[in-house]
Amino acid sequence: MTVSFTRRAALGLASAAAMALAMPAVASDWKPQKPVEMVIMAGQGGGADRLARLFQSIIQKENLSSMPILPVNKGGGSGAEALRYLKDKEGDAHTIMATLNSYYTTPLRTDIGVDIEDYTPIARMALDTFVLWVNADSDIQTLDDYVAAVKAAGGEWKMGGTGTGQEDSLVTAMLEKEFGIKHTYVPFKGGGTVAKNLVGGHIDSTVNNPSEQMGFWQAGKSRPIAAFTADRIAVFPDVPTMTELGHEMVYTMQRSFVAPPGTPPEAVAYYTAMFEKLAESEEWQTYASEKALQTDLLTGDALQAYFLEERQRHNDILTSMGEIAGS
Amino acid sequence: MVTADRVIAASLMVFSAYLMWHATVLPIGWEGSSGPGGGAFPFWLSLVMLLASAGIFLRSFVSPPKDDKPFFDPEMIRSVVLVCVALLVTIGAMQYLGTYVALMGFLLWYLRIFGGHSWTLTASITLITPVFLFFFFEVTLKILLPKGVTEPFFLPLYAIFF
Amino acid sequence: MDVFSLLMDGFATSLSPLNLMIVLLGVTAGLFIGAMPGLGSVNGVAIVLPLTFIVPPSSAIILLCAIYYGAMYGGAVSSILLGIPGASTAVATTFDGRPMAQQGKAGLALIAAAVASFIGGTISVVLFTVFAAPLADLALKFGPAEEFALVLLAFTTFVGLGGDDVLKTIVMICLGLVLSTVGLDLISGQPRLIFGDLPGFYSGISFLVLAIGVYGIGEVLHTIETSKTAPQVTPARITFKELGAGFRAMNRLWRTMSVGSFLGFFVGMLPAAGATPASLMAYGIARSTSKKPDSFGKGNIEGVAAPETANNAASTGSLLPMLTLGIPGSPTTALLLGGMVMWGLVPGPMLFIEQPDFVWGLISSLYTANFAAVLINLALIPLFVWALRMPFTVLCAIVLVLCIVGGFAPSQKMHDVWLIAGFGIAGYLLRKADYPLAPLVLALVLGPLMEKSFRQTLIAEQGNVLAFVERPLSGTFIALAVLFFLLPLAKYLRKSPKDGVAPAQ
Repeated sequence: MTVSFTRRAALGLASAAAMALAMPAVASDWKPQKPVEMVIMAGQGGGADRLARLFQSIIQKENLSSMPILPVNKGGGSGAEALRYLKDKEGDAHTIMATLNSYYTTPLRTDIGVDIEDYTPIARMALDTFVLWVNADSDIQTLDDYVAAVKAAGGEWKMGGTGTGQEDSLVTAMLEKEFGIKHTYVPFKGGGTVAKNLVGGHIDSTVNNPSEQMGFWQAGKSRPIAAFTADRIAVFPDVPTMTELGHEMVYTMQRSFVAPPGTPPEAVAYYTAMFEKLAESEEWQTYASEKALQTDLLTGDALQAYFLEERQRHNDILTSMGEIAGS
Repeated sequence: MVTADRVIAASLMVFSAYLMWHATVLPIGWEGSSGPGGGAFPFWLSLVMLLASAGIFLRSFVSPPKDDKPFFDPEMIRSVVLVCVALLVTIGAMQYLGTYVALMGFLLWYLRIFGGHSWTLTASITLITPVFLFFFFEVTLKILLPKGVTEPFFLPLYAIFF
Repeated sequence: MDVFSLLMDGFATSLSPLNLMIVLLGVTAGLFIGAMPGLGSVNGVAIVLPLTFIVPPSSAIILLCAIYYGAMYGGAVSSILLGIPGASTAVATTFDGRPMAQQGKAGLALIAAAVASFIGGTISVVLFTVFAAPLADLALKFGPAEEFALVLLAFTTFVGLGGDDVLKTIVMICLGLVLSTVGLDLISGQPRLIFGDLPGFYSGISFLVLAIGVYGIGEVLHTIETSKTAPQVTPARITFKELGAGFRAMNRLWRTMSVGSFLGFFVGMLPAAGATPASLMAYGIARSTSKKPDSFGKGNIEGVAAPETANNAASTGSLLPMLTLGIPGSPTTALLLGGMVMWGLVPGPMLFIEQPDFVWGLISSLYTANFAAVLINLALIPLFVWALRMPFTVLCAIVLVLCIVGGFAPSQKMHDVWLIAGFGIAGYLLRKADYPLAPLVLALVLGPLMEKSFRQTLIAEQGNVLAFVERPLSGTFIALAVLFFLLPLAKYLRKSPKDGVAPAQ
C-alpha cells in the first residue's frame, strides 16, 4: 500500500516537475518561423505609421527578433480594414498589429463585425498626449482667453483635426461640452497638415499631439495653451494642464500591439518579451522623452483590462457627442 | 459595333444607377453651412454619368455609324477569352496553391500551349520567373507573396535568406 | 555667397568614396524598383529605411535620395516600354511614350525621358539651393481653397483639350471621380460605396490598381486581339546614331523643359499637390502652346519631355515642405520624414538653422544622385530596349505575371489583384468602344484631392462658395482654369466652319 502510494506520488511529482520544467522551456524555445507581419491600423506617413516603423527599426538594429518584422499599412476605414484582416488571421502566430485609439472607436462607431475582446493583447508601449494649440500671432495666452474668443466667434471658430470620430474630434467634443462652446470642426488628412494649416492661418486652433507641432513650436510659430494630461509634460514645463485649471479633461492616445484571436501562448510570450526588451532600449527611451510620450509598459491581462475600460470610456464620450446611440 | 456600343452604354447606365443608389447611404444634399454631404459627390457625378451614357445610347439610334464593323475580331476573340479565363484561374489559384505554383502553371500554359514555344524556352522562363520573383520581392523588398498550401516548403528558405 | 560655401561643405560630404558608392547603389536599385509596374520610390525607401541605422545619418539620407531619384527615372521606363505607369506621376509619360515605343522609337523616348528628368532635376535643385528658405512661407499660404483651385487647374489644362468623343469623355471623368470616392469619407468619417461589404474597399480604390488593370492587362488583351493583322510593337534598336539624334532632338525642347522644370518645382513644393498635377499641367501646357497640338498623344517627343522634366522637378520641390515645414507631400517624403525623425532630426523651420550640415549635405547629394541617375539610366537603355525585342507571346506572358505580382505588392491584398483583372477586362471593352481611358485614370488620381479640399473650404467658410474666387491665389488659379477650359473651345469654334466637321454629338 505504502509502496504503491509512494510510487504514484513520485510519478505524479515527476510529471509535475517535468511539466513545470517543460513549460518555460517551450515558451522560450518558440521562435518565428517566417517573417512577422506588422499590420499598421493607419496609412503611410502618419504618426502611428512613423512610430510602428521606428519600432521595426529598433527591433532590427538590436536584433530582438530572429525573423524580420514587415510593416504593412491597412489604414482603410479608420482601421476597419486592419481589424477585419486580423480577425481573419485567427490562430496565426506570425502577425501582430500596431493599434491606436481607433482600435476602440472604429468598432463602436460602425458595426464591422469584430469584438476587440477576442484579440490577444501583447504590449502597450506608449501614451501620446494632446495639447491645445493656437497660432503664435493670436492674442490668446490662456485657456480663459481661448474660451472667450471661441464664444465671441459665435460658432465660426475653426478647429482643425484629422477627421470626425478621430481622437482630436473627441477632445474637441470634450472641450465643447465642458465650456459650452461651439467650434467649426475642419477635418484634414493628418496631423502634419493640420499643424501647417494652423501656422498658415487657415484654421484658428488645433488639439495636435506635441510631436506634430514640435517643429513649429521651436520656431515660435505656434503656442500651446493647455495640455490634456494629469501632470505637466516635461518638454513644456510652462504649459498648464487642464486638471490644474480645474477641468477634468485627460485624454491620451495609446500605442499598443495586439495579436490575432487565438494566438498560441508561446508566441505571445515571445512577442511580449521582445517588446519588453524594446521598451528598455536606449533609442526608444530617448525618442519617447523628446516627443513627450508617456512610456508605462502594460502587458497581458492588465492590458486587456485597460482596453476594455478605455472602450467603455470611448463609448460614453461618443454617446455624449451623439455619434452613436450608446449601450 | 452598334450593338456593342448600345450594350456598353446601357451597362454604364445601370452601373451609374447602382452607384447613385449606393451613394444615398450618406446625405447627398447641401448640409447648411458645411457644404455638400458625404454622398453628394458620388451621387451627382453618377447622375451626370447616367445622363451622358443615356445620351450615347440614344445617339446610336439617331445617327448610327456608317461602317458597321464587328466589335470583336471573330478570329481572335477566342484567344482573348482564353487568356482572360487563364488569368482568372491563376488569380483564384494563388490563394490556395500559392503564387509560385499558380504563376508557373500560367506561364507553362501560356508559353507552351497558347504561344506554341519550344520546351527549352518554356522551361527556362517558367523556372527563372519564380526564382526572380522570390529574390526580388521577398528577399530584397521584403514583400511576402501568398503561399497557400505551399507555405511549409518555404520555411527552410526563410531560415536561410532572412 | 553664404549659400555657396555651405553647399561646398555639403559636397565635401556627399563626394566621399563611401557616399559615392551609396549613390550608385541606391540609384541602380531605385531604377529597377521604379521600372517594375506597381512598385515605386515608396517601396524602395520603405525597405532601406531600417537599414539606414547602420550608416551615419548623412549617408543614410543620401541613400534614400538616391533611391528616390532612381525610382523617379525608372517610372518612365515602365510607362514607355509597357505603357503601364509605375506611379501616378508617370501617367502623363505614357501618353506619348507608349506610342513612340510602338513606332520603334523606344530608345529615343527613353533618352528623352532620361535627359528631361536630368534637366528637370538639375534646374529644380538649383532653385531649391537658392530659394529653399523664403519659399517655405509661400507653401504656408496654401490652404484648402488654393489646393482645390490648383487641382482644378491641373484637371482643365489636361482634360479641356481632349479630341475624343465629348459624351464618352464625360462618362469616363465621372466614373473616375466616383470610383475615387470609394472608401472612407474623410469629412464625416463614414464608409461609403463599400461594394458587397468587402473589407478591401475600405481603403478605397488605389490609382495603381486601376492603372495596372486598364493599361497593363487591358493593353495585353488588346495586343492579343490585334496581333493577327499587325505587330503592335516595332522592334527597336539603339545605336550611337540614334543616341546623337536623341540629344539633338532634346536640344530643340529647351522651352518645354524649362517651363516643365519651373512648373514642376513650384507645384511640387505645395503640400498636397505634388508631382502628379505638375506633370499633367506640364503636358497640357506643352500641348496647348505647341504649333502641332494634334501630334500629341501619337508619339511626340515633346509629350515625353514635358511631364518627365516636371515630375522630377516636383520630386525635388516636394522635399522643400518636408524639410522646412515637416509636411510630407507624398507617401515617399512621409517615409523620408519618418527617417529623419528616427535620427533625431526635427524637420521644421529650425532645421536649416540648427542642422545646416545635414541640410546642405542632402542638397548636394541631390546633385550627385541626379547626375548618377542620368548616367546609369542612359547606360541601361540598351538593356530595356532589348527586352522589347522578345516575341510578343513571351512578352505578354511576362507582362501579365508582373501585373499580377505588381498589383499585389503595394498593399498586399488579393482583393486588389481581383480588381486589376476586373479593370483590365472592363478597360479592354471600353477601349474597344472608343471610351478614352486617360480621363478615367486622371479623375481617380485627382478626385480625392478635389473633393476633400472643396469640402474643407466650404466647412471653414461656413458654406460660402464665393470663398474660392475671393481669395487672391485661388481666384487666380480658378481664372486660369476657366481660361484653359475655354481655350480649345475658342480654337475649335474658329476652326470648325473651315474644316466643315460637325461636332461629335
